[in-house]
Amino acid sequence: MNMETRWTNKHFLHLDTTLLLGLLILLALGLIILYSAGGQNFDLMLRQIIRIVAGLGIMLLIAQIPIQKIFRWVPWIYIIGVVLLALVLVIGTTSKGSQRWINLGLFTFQPSEIMKIIMPMMITWYLADRPLPPSYGRIVVALILIGIPVILVLKQPDLGTSLLIASSGIFVLLFAGISWKLIFGFLSVVGAFIPILWFYIMHPYQQQRVKTLFNPEADPLGTGYHIIQSKIAIGSGGIEGKGWLNGTQSQLHFLPERTTDFIYAVYNEEFGLVGAGILLLIYLFILSRGMYIAAQAQDTYGRLLAASLVSTFFVYIFVNMGMVTGLLPVVGVPLPLVSYGGTSLVTLMAGFGFIMAIHTHKRFLSQ
Amino acid sequence: MFIKDPAQENKIFYNRVIIAWLIMLLFLSLIFTRMYYLQVIQHKDYITKSEENSIKILPLPPTRGLIYDRNGVLLAENRISHSLEIIPEKLAEKLDDVLDQLKKIITVEESDIKRFKRQLRQKRQFSSIPLRHRLTEDEVARFSVQRHHFPGVEILSNQSRYYPLGATGVHAIGYVGRINERELKRIHKSNYLGSNYIGKLGIEKYYEKQLHGKTGFQKVETNVKGHIIRVLETTPAIAGKNLYLNLDIELQKYTEKILSKHRSALVVIDPKTGGILVLASMPYYDPNLFVNGISYKNYQVLRDSPDRPLYNRAIRGQYPPGSTIKAFVGLAGLQHGVRTKYSRTWCRGWYSLKGQSHRYRDWKKSGHGSVNFHSSLEQSCDVYYYDLAHDLGIDRLNKFMKRFSFGKKTGIDITGELGGLMPSREWKHRRYNKNWYPGETVITGIGQGYMLATPLQLAVATATLSNHGVFKQPRIVFAMDDPKSNEMSIISPTIQKIISLKRDDFWNTAIGGMKAVVHSRRGTANKVGRGSRYRFAGKTGTAQVITIKQTESYNARRLAKKFHDHALFVAFAPLKKPRIAISVIVENGGGGSKTAAPIAKKVMDHYLLRK
Repeated sequence: MNMETRWTNKHFLHLDTTLLLGLLILLALGLIILYSAGGQNFDLMLRQIIRIVAGLGIMLLIAQIPIQKIFRWVPWIYIIGVVLLALVLVIGTTSKGSQRWINLGLFTFQPSEIMKIIMPMMITWYLADRPLPPSYGRIVVALILIGIPVILVLKQPDLGTSLLIASSGIFVLLFAGISWKLIFGFLSVVGAFIPILWFYIMHPYQQQRVKTLFNPEADPLGTGYHIIQSKIAIGSGGIEGKGWLNGTQSQLHFLPERTTDFIYAVYNEEFGLVGAGILLLIYLFILSRGMYIAAQAQDTYGRLLAASLVSTFFVYIFVNMGMVTGLLPVVGVPLPLVSYGGTSLVTLMAGFGFIMAIHTHKRFLSQ
Repeated sequence: MFIKDPAQENKIFYNRVIIAWLIMLLFLSLIFTRMYYLQVIQHKDYITKSEENSIKILPLPPTRGLIYDRNGVLLAENRISHSLEIIPEKLAEKLDDVLDQLKKIITVEESDIKRFKRQLRQKRQFSSIPLRHRLTEDEVARFSVQRHHFPGVEILSNQSRYYPLGATGVHAIGYVGRINERELKRIHKSNYLGSNYIGKLGIEKYYEKQLHGKTGFQKVETNVKGHIIRVLETTPAIAGKNLYLNLDIELQKYTEKILSKHRSALVVIDPKTGGILVLASMPYYDPNLFVNGISYKNYQVLRDSPDRPLYNRAIRGQYPPGSTIKAFVGLAGLQHGVRTKYSRTWCRGWYSLKGQSHRYRDWKKSGHGSVNFHSSLEQSCDVYYYDLAHDLGIDRLNKFMKRFSFGKKTGIDITGELGGLMPSREWKHRRYNKNWYPGETVITGIGQGYMLATPLQLAVATATLSNHGVFKQPRIVFAMDDPKSNEMSIISPTIQKIISLKRDDFWNTAIGGMKAVVHSRRGTANKVGRGSRYRFAGKTGTAQVITIKQTESYNARRLAKKFHDHALFVAFAPLKKPRIAISVIVENGGGGSKTAAPIAKKVMDHYLLRK
């Protein structure tokens, strides 16, 4: 970077107000439905509000950083991240049969969450300086860089997060312009990989989730229970919904995990198809603005990172809604910025911080 | 040297961004389509499932009606009883461990555990299963102290039927018990959803519908654990009606006391109303044993006792009525003009049909000499009735006797009544495919042969006689009241008829003969009439249990007790404006005058002379 570089800032506090507006509407809607899903629990609301404020704070902080300046640290952070992931497997705290957390005394910390942001930055860093589309050799190296943390997270085991980490890396490759031939070739390899995944990598509980997806009624009180109750909640909502705080499936606790992964079912039970349309439009608005920012980015770093982060955000939405509506197996992916839970919210807001930073720190181009 | 081509890179990137955006749009539309499918196309299915999830219909069992006697003495009531129930989902430890610990506090038998485990397999989520019924006060207290050690185990109190007088009147009142599978098929299931009991015998069974009442329902919203969140709709239960019986339980108790030495039955009817004052069958048993399921051991004792306490002799015991029917046979003779009250028959101690050598013996070997209707009743001359029956023929005799309810059910309001047997040609042909012989008519005339009658039939016929032919269907229940409105409705006999004879005077002749039985010097039961403070009419009867051969004579001392004659007696009192008609049978009691008549007299005395 030369000393002459000047940064323009037409934006208040380096924030993109259009994107911010979309995010704030989504967060507000999230709080409204969480109030109902959580059984009007004020403690729960307070904790979520604190997280949102913290997330907004982190977004604001990151938005101030010209991202090109921090890319040189990315490889080191990546290495630290991989080491931490390895460490989790050794000393991590176990919860619900999987090791995801490191206890740092004051708070527990989930290294796989950090990886969701480091991964696209790492691949971007690796690819951006060289001519694009990347050479085969670089693609292979990039895939290895993606593969290491993904396998570590799969070992925890955390299918949802590993899926998100893998896609955030792969999206960079896709936007970097690797040829369609390669993409379709890769897809067929993945297709061939599915049986291996099924027989050697997936845990029985993960296999069960896939099995129950195709036939939830086979085990209505066991593994199929989530999907059945979720579909009942959504289906019974109808066009107009049962009304806020009036969803019987959620209010009477028939729906499990209703504040976290299955909050979308609560939303649809109470607000119906009309509400579903509104929520999808809000998400589409945020996604469109994100893609627009990526397209407007000045350099390869910015555009690859922004496009990858936005696309990963989309994967969140689709996987969560897909599993809640019974289109996809139940993999633990929250509804982004709506589900109760700290780490994913903060990570996602940090991601939007980067997107805003990309948009609001532009080199002044003279003539 | 790497040469970047920004224009080419830009072109590819924009291309990819647009494709990515279109894919996002496509996938979000897919989600929306899925939502449309679930929320619009399948909406009806899911709204039903959602209601099935959260809305439950709870039965509100009605309180069973109480039963009182005619003086308001409580005969059947509902008491609070405690049962120990377990909700398996709420147990903190393994079921078997919990059961072991419970055994240390309360008595739990193997059979309880067996039944519990059977019910465990077919229960709904979060519903409770009873482990023990009828906990004692001690057990309730002991468990209550330790309750906090047993999450998911609780004591529930429910209403349990209780008969405060125990065995008294059991053959009339009957009892309730747990609903069995056969009954489950017959009853209106939704009306018994919350009910534990159903009438099994007696009044409890016959008036089951009125006593049970109507189950109410509560539509409630429950959460996933089955806890009621709110009540959406309530249809209150309608309590069962209280019954007031004609039964005079004090007289019943007295009767049972004096009958207690014998296998016997005694029925007392108020001839004016047809109301049953006493319906006793001895020995008896405690109905409370049956309410929550009798233990096999107790049941075995009752079932296998040679005295058959479970057998309701009063309505199901069919005995040869013997001489007790002579008044009715005599009336048949008057009615059909075969005899007048002055007609005389010579009794030489036996009777035989023309051209036959078989001798139908009179109980008095030397014979009664010349007898008419009056004196034949008084002395219970058999030959008069042999001759009369033969003159009447079985067809006319059968028809006449049936008007007094012989050979058919009286229609008492207890289930299980038997109709006795009034033989006829058709009956014999149907039953044995044989012709009727004249000799069979002859012995029917003295209530032997094929003829059978229940003590209830004898009492009803006697009451009808005392009424000069006014027949009233016997009733145990006198009135019902609705606990809600307190409205009392009297139950009157549905069958009432008048047996009209050619001359009303015929009745007086028969009654006069029966009066002589107890009040004249030659009367067969004159001992019981002697010194009586009121005048009454009666008729003794002795029914042979075995046939005595032509060459032998009856000798009680040589026969086993179970082959002894049955002793019978029917009576009504007082003579004018009768208030009480009675029949009594003592199985293997010997002569009617010796055993049965004094019992009947005591009961009449007790009823008519008590202050």
